[in-house]
Formats: sequence, C-alpha cells, structure tokens
Amino acid sequence: MKDAAPTLADLSLDDLIVCPTCDAVHRLHKPRAGERAICGTCHKVLIAPRTNAGLHIIAVAVAILILIIGAATFPFLEIDTAGNKNAVSILDAALAFSGGFMIFLSLATAALIIFIPLLRALLTLYVLVPLVLDRAPARHAIRAFRLSEALRPWSMAEIFAIGCAVALVKITDLATVTFGPAFWMFGILVVLVIAKDNFMCKWSVWNALEHPKTG
Amino acid sequence: MERAGTPQNRISAREMGIVACTRCTKAAPLGTDICPRCGHALVSRDALSLQRVWAFWIVGLMCYIPANIYPMLRTQTLFQVDESTIIGGAVELAQYGNWGIAFIILFASVAIPIGKFWAIAYLALSIKRPVEGSNHRRMLVFEVVEYIGRWSMIDIFVVAILSALVQLKTLASINPGVASIFFALSVIFTMLSAQAFDPRLIWDAQAKSGGTRTT
Repeated sequence: MKDAAPTLADLSLDDLIVCPTCDAVHRLHKPRAGERAICGTCHKVLIAPRTNAGLHIIAVAVAILILIIGAATFPFLEIDTAGNKNAVSILDAALAFSGGFMIFLSLATAALIIFIPLLRALLTLYVLVPLVLDRAPARHAIRAFRLSEALRPWSMAEIFAIGCAVALVKITDLATVTFGPAFWMFGILVVLVIAKDNFMCKWSVWNALEHPKTG
Repeated sequence: MERAGTPQNRISAREMGIVACTRCTKAAPLGTDICPRCGHALVSRDALSLQRVWAFWIVGLMCYIPANIYPMLRTQTLFQVDESTIIGGAVELAQYGNWGIAFIILFASVAIPIGKFWAIAYLALSIKRPVEGSNHRRMLVFEVVEYIGRWSMIDIFVVAILSALVQLKTLASINPGVASIFFALSVIFTMLSAQAFDPRLIWDAQAKSGGTRTT
C-alpha cells in the first residue's frame, strides 16, 4: 500500500520498507503466507512468506549437505575405451587445472562448485535452526546470513551440472562413459539448491532475526 | 494487488532523508554508516560506484582478449597434439557435425561475454547521459546481466571435466590451456563489475529528467 508523501514521512522507520533496486519507499504491510509484496515502481519481489518455510528449508539444507559430501567423494564419471579406464570424482575434475599458476584456477573451481554451496548450506542451517525452534538467534547469525546472501551468485553447482552434460555429449561418440553414484547425487543436489534459493523469503528471515520470538 | 507507485509518484528514500540497506531493505536515517539490522555498509548513492564498474569492466575486457588468443584445450591423441582456442574448438565441433554443442559453446563463451560487456557499458553510460530506452528496459538489462553472467563459467567447467576424464595414458589425453585462467578471470571481473553497479542510479536519472520516459 502506498500513501502520499506527508503521511509516509510521519511513519516511524520501522514501518517502512525500501526497495533495494529502485530506492522507492513503501509503507510496510506484511502479506499473508502465499502472497507476495512487490515494489510499486520496479515490481521487484520484496516479501514472499510461505507456511512452514523454515522447516522445509532446513530439511532441504540438510539434504544438500549430505549430497554434497557424497557427490564429492564417490566416483562421478568413468570413461572406458579400448581397454583403458579412468574414473574421476568431482574433486578430480575441479583439480584438473594443475601445473604452475593454474593451481589457482583449480582452487577457484573447487570453491565455486563444492565449497561455496557447502558453506551456504551450513550457514543457512546455522541461521534457521534456532529461529525455527523459537529460540534466540545463534551468535553471529546476522553475519552468517549476510555472508550466505553475499555468496549467492558465486555458488555455481548448477552451472557445473550443465557443463557436465555438454562435456559428456562431446565425448560420448569417442568412448563409453558410465555414470557413478556421485552423478545422480549431484543432479538432485542442483535441483535442491535452486529450490532452496527460490523458496526462502529473505525479508522474513531478517525480520525474525531482528524480532526473535524467545520463550 | 493494486499497482501503486508508478514512476511519476515514486518517493525515493534519498528524498525522504532515509538510506536503505540493500541487503535487508531496512530504512535508517541518512548519514548512518551501518545498517542497524544486518550490519551491511549503508550507502545512499556511491559517487565512486561507476568508477568501480568501469575499472572491473576494463580488466574483464583485458582478460578476455588473451582468453581467445591462447589455446583453451590441448588434445593429445596417439600421434598428434592439437591445441584449440575457444572459437577454433567450436568451429571444429561444427565441422564434425556437432552443431548443438558448438552453438552452446559459442553462445556461452562468445555471445554472452560480449553481450555483457556491451550491456554493462550501456547501463553505465546511460547514467551520465540520456539514452533511448525506458527505466524498465534498463532494469531488465541489468537483471539479465546479473543472472546470465555466471553462466559463462560453463566453458571452464567443460574444460575441467574433459581434462580430468580423458586421461587415457598414451591413447588420448586432454589438458587445459592457458586461456582457461584468462577466461575465468574475465568472467569473474565482469561479475564484479555488474555487482558494483547500483541499480538505484537508473531510477534517479529518470526522476531528474522529469519522469516522462516510461514504457
């Protein structure tokens, strides 16, 4: 809802919400679960709460954790041609850039594919578990959530998944490629990461961190 | 939901003497340094943000040139060594009949990065001088750049998977070329450039010009 300028200025700062993309000020009106609040000027989604979102997101984050650890350790792909075999895990693929200064690229790739998504899942759990249990937020929860949001564009697990598909199509005529268990784990992982990011309402988490329901 | 707050009667936070946190949308009085809710640095309008955008943009462009000149992939089959650049490799694939993969590689490694350079330059220039194109269109360009920018990394991941997988002793082995690190740097710097861009400047420029450019 939007009022004319004089009325807006009378409200306290706690009753206002400002769109981060276009700086338009609105009066805060928290929508019900399933509804969305969008900016009147640029239509960016500001608040989008859902019922039991906290519990669902925690479940998804735990699943992501297990899948990442599994996908990183089990064999990912195996190639077989003319008697020569080679099995690789995801870590092998990330560390494929070796030799001289390319080692930095290895570390960066491993970070983008595995460590940053892992870190984000852990941070999400750290922040959400106390909130869902109606306890006081964990120490540093605010910094943790800020870090998790800052790292969001740098989590590239799903891009790696598509990259695998491209690479496989490239060599599938040359040799037989079999999928290890990590391959399927990674596929599910990618879907879950995308679901978690779209399901969580950031504003609701910030609001809960600011006004915790203790007791 | 009623569609309030058309661009003509948008009240910007800066006009009201407030500064908004771009992480958690909380409003605070102008002049506050740190968001009281999430601790993120509060900046109403950063005069240097455009400088940062251009600086990262230039470095990204500088890295993109060697990325296309040096070889990206080094294929070693039984008797010959084959070094191919990004574009050269895609052309080869097309000649072999793999049109789909060649298109994906050309799209993700050439069309998207060049499109990003152009789009960020367009947005940065549009702040300083009036250009054709409404605010909504420029907002759309910005959102597309932010979202699609990460996908250029797909080529790096394809190289990583191929290099790790195809290590079949003397029969065939694929290794990454020097171009991969330049290309990764180019993608990272263009991502940083897009992140440094403050979308609120787009809406400010329109308000200054009298708010007559919509659609």
